[in-house]
Amino acid sequence: MRVDVLGGGPGGLYASLLLKKSFPEWEVVVHERDPADNTYGWGVVFSDATLSSLREADRLSHERITDAFVRWDPIDIHYDGEYFRCGGHSFAGIMRADLLSILQERAAELGVELRHGDAIDDPERLREDTDVLIGADGLNSTVRERYEEAFRPNESAGNAKFAWFGTDKPFDVFTFVFRENEHGLWRIHAYPGRKSTFIVECTEDTWRAAGMDEVSEGEALEYFEDLFSDHLDGYELQSKLYAWRNFPTVKNATWSHENVVLIGDAAHTAHFSIGSGTKMAMEDAVALQEAFEEHGSDTRAAFNWYEKERRPRVTGLQEAAERSENYFENVERYQNLEPRRFAFNLLTRSGRITYDNLRVRDPSFVDQFDQWFAAAEGNCSTAVATPPLFKRFPLREVTVPNRTVMTLPPTEVATDGRPADSYLDRLVGQGERGPGLLLTDPLAVTPDGRITAGTPGLYADEHNDAFNSAIGRIRESSPTETVVGASLFHAGRRGATKSREHGLDRPLPEDERWDLFAPSAKPFGPASPTPTAMDADDLDRVRTAFVGAAERADAAGFDHVQLNAGHGYLLSSFLSPLANDRDDEYGGSLENRMRYPLEVFDAIRDVWPDKKPIGVTLQATDWNLNGFKTRESYEVARVLKERGCDLLAIVAGQASVRERPAFDTETLGRFSERFRNEVEIPTLSTNYRTTYDEVNTMVGSGRADLVLFTPENPAPGR
Amino acid sequence: MQVGIGLPNTLDGADRELILSWARWADEGPFTSLGVFDRLCYHGLDPVATLAACASVTEEIELATTIIAGPLRNNAALAKKAATLDVLSNGRLTLGMALGARKDDYDAAGVEFGKRGRLFDQQLAELRDYWEGDDVGPDPVQEGGPTILVGGDSDNTYRRVGRFADGYIHGGGPPRAFARQAERANAAWTECERPETPAVWGHGYYALGDEDVAEKGREYLLDYYEFTGPFAERIADGLLTTPQEVTQFVRGYEDEGCDELVLFPTVADSEQFDLLADTLGDKWDGSDRA
Repeated sequence: MRVDVLGGGPGGLYASLLLKKSFPEWEVVVHERDPADNTYGWGVVFSDATLSSLREADRLSHERITDAFVRWDPIDIHYDGEYFRCGGHSFAGIMRADLLSILQERAAELGVELRHGDAIDDPERLREDTDVLIGADGLNSTVRERYEEAFRPNESAGNAKFAWFGTDKPFDVFTFVFRENEHGLWRIHAYPGRKSTFIVECTEDTWRAAGMDEVSEGEALEYFEDLFSDHLDGYELQSKLYAWRNFPTVKNATWSHENVVLIGDAAHTAHFSIGSGTKMAMEDAVALQEAFEEHGSDTRAAFNWYEKERRPRVTGLQEAAERSENYFENVERYQNLEPRRFAFNLLTRSGRITYDNLRVRDPSFVDQFDQWFAAAEGNCSTAVATPPLFKRFPLREVTVPNRTVMTLPPTEVATDGRPADSYLDRLVGQGERGPGLLLTDPLAVTPDGRITAGTPGLYADEHNDAFNSAIGRIRESSPTETVVGASLFHAGRRGATKSREHGLDRPLPEDERWDLFAPSAKPFGPASPTPTAMDADDLDRVRTAFVGAAERADAAGFDHVQLNAGHGYLLSSFLSPLANDRDDEYGGSLENRMRYPLEVFDAIRDVWPDKKPIGVTLQATDWNLNGFKTRESYEVARVLKERGCDLLAIVAGQASVRERPAFDTETLGRFSERFRNEVEIPTLSTNYRTTYDEVNTMVGSGRADLVLFTPENPAPGR
Repeated sequence: MQVGIGLPNTLDGADRELILSWARWADEGPFTSLGVFDRLCYHGLDPVATLAACASVTEEIELATTIIAGPLRNNAALAKKAATLDVLSNGRLTLGMALGARKDDYDAAGVEFGKRGRLFDQQLAELRDYWEGDDVGPDPVQEGGPTILVGGDSDNTYRRVGRFADGYIHGGGPPRAFARQAERANAAWTECERPETPAVWGHGYYALGDEDVAEKGREYLLDYYEFTGPFAERIADGLLTTPQEVTQFVRGYEDEGCDELVLFPTVADSEQFDLLADTLGDKWDGSDRA
């Protein structure tokens, strides 16, 4: 067998030496464009897990690498004049140049042929003469480009600008510095090594404001030496191949083609803030060696084994890296967070580290965080502070005793709007579990506002009587002082459907339907009945019904109302251009489209007691190019905040059957986080959360104030 | 969790006797469901007709299409066939459906490949209308019609699970891959405010016995998935070839909250049935269901 490796970086060298070690009879040749003593790049970082796989793969090079290592454990965060250290992370760093010489030496010892200064412009000629061609030629891979049709690469660039520098200033641990000046907010990622690495990152706006698109290398160095003089302690910044870049994310549909296989940056990149490309490239090399150990010279089988082994890990890492990149590109959004919370948010940014993980890594950091969190919002500090989820949350004069929210799915066991006893029992059962906030499912404000014939309502006296007694039972049985909220809505054009048990929006047979009302006479789906476009009387009637329902909610003893303006129900269909093509003052511009929902909000706020909070469930997007947009939703959120809205629950989609939603467990959480920090209004996150750890992480990091909680274990009595 | 067994309906050597005996044995336990695969341009038995034959020789076991490519079939005709099968099996049908990835199947059926997503949406919307309406009989035995599972892994899949289905069926792979997708199905379900939780099904392939059997199973998978290119090898690499692998796989799925795991044979031999039954014992036969 003959193996040709294109690219003499750490990935290519490591793959070649591991293969030569496993199969001494194979001929292994590395082709590298640059000379052997090229010193491009600064430090690279490894985690403990990577190191142990390197030890198993080749003990000798592992020993030499670890001898040259700088090890550290904490992460330092400097923000807004405050400083936090969080330990337990275990990193090891080495200069890229040192790593290269160790690997070159080890490869040569094992009999790998290293051809430096050997530029291969057409890999095809190499491929024809060899048994295996390994494309380890980095980000701008010639191999990837040559077989583009097979690999089907996808490349995208990040929004932020970054540049790598080095310095002799000995940073002793991973150090993040966030510093604002007249040009904007700068982020520094610095870490130790024989020389320290010092990466500067900022938004494009900041970069331009500082004139970085025009100044020379020397001026840039001086600018940052001056700006970060307190961290550099008089040391200089140095640069090699000075350049500002936008981070390129590379993915490939497959990593092998015929006898060619990609490893490292040629195959996949991940943002520098989460782990170096070097680490991934070397892990690829280990997997490739294992693949050949498993399948011998059956190249095809080995490549499949390699991809099967690596792809899930790489995908997971790329997803986390994208979250981390997204965080760093949008740090401005978190400047409203208190410094300690900012630090917690930073540490949990990628989703790979949670509240519980941090507690394992550095218990005292988390203890201090809990103490601070407990004290921050006026609660007295205690010797032992509880985790964020147990922190009370004041909304006007109502106090939510913890951060979990429970609800029930829309129920269909009401008669003429009166909730069945079985439903009320379930509501009480949820209350017995002690959520901070217990929300009813959407209660119709009029009979024609029901989804199904069984949707409960709050439009007749017997309805409040039923809820009144249920609330009484909750107050008696809840182990905490659970706040009980009524969710009010009108189904609009999504009404008069069959039970949800077998699917959404399946219209009732004609003889069982009631008339539907909507902004315009546009049916929800192809089989749905056409609603009546609401005239002035209808608008009055429904607004009055909302007010009536709010008064009933108060009379029934609810502490909170949550007005539903999401999911394509009546109020959100006013907001959505997909449902609203009115030509009066309620249609057209966003200002017009939000008028009716705001009128309803104001009318409820007028009668709803001042001391009780009112929330709105708002659509973040219709998931349709012609629908309601996220930037419009921000605008509505801002206006709602001005008018006294206390809590936003962000939902998305279901405004039309023609939607292209993004379904995963994070999407709605990301919306919640953005609204909370951009609009600065408390949010209830409606994404799928099943553990206390997730709630602690979301609340602690300032991504949500309250979290919809769907514990895996079913409710007692169900 | 319960464990079902796949019928050898796409394997060489699946004749009347093997299929019907397979179904009878399975009905005796320990399996809780019989699964079938679907492929038009392939020398296998039709999944729905196969299940109909099995319905007549079994009493207890659930009959499940896991999966069939929905848009290859006319909606009204499929509604009628499924309702018929539900009647003939006395309410034991689960209808697992997905898009199906083979263009040649679509070409052969005369259905436009590029429109299959939209057609599938429409089909899912219409099936229950047929079952509940009076135009196309018979009335299914199960209220509201057979349980519908939707498979796939795109955002549209989860939208369909939330909007139209009763549950999600995963396309195969290790337990961790199943867990990720099942969690997304659960999230979509919650986001769509559907009552309770979606049913989540998984499936796997096995070939128990000596190396020759494993090789035969591998060859079948490489052939069946040949259209996926190099990916076929990865599917073949996932073949469960020892009792240990089977047990680990089943435990893994159970730990990840799977409701029903269907294990498919890759070699058409009655011995394969016995070997799997012996490996699993009675632990997942559904008898401890609440």
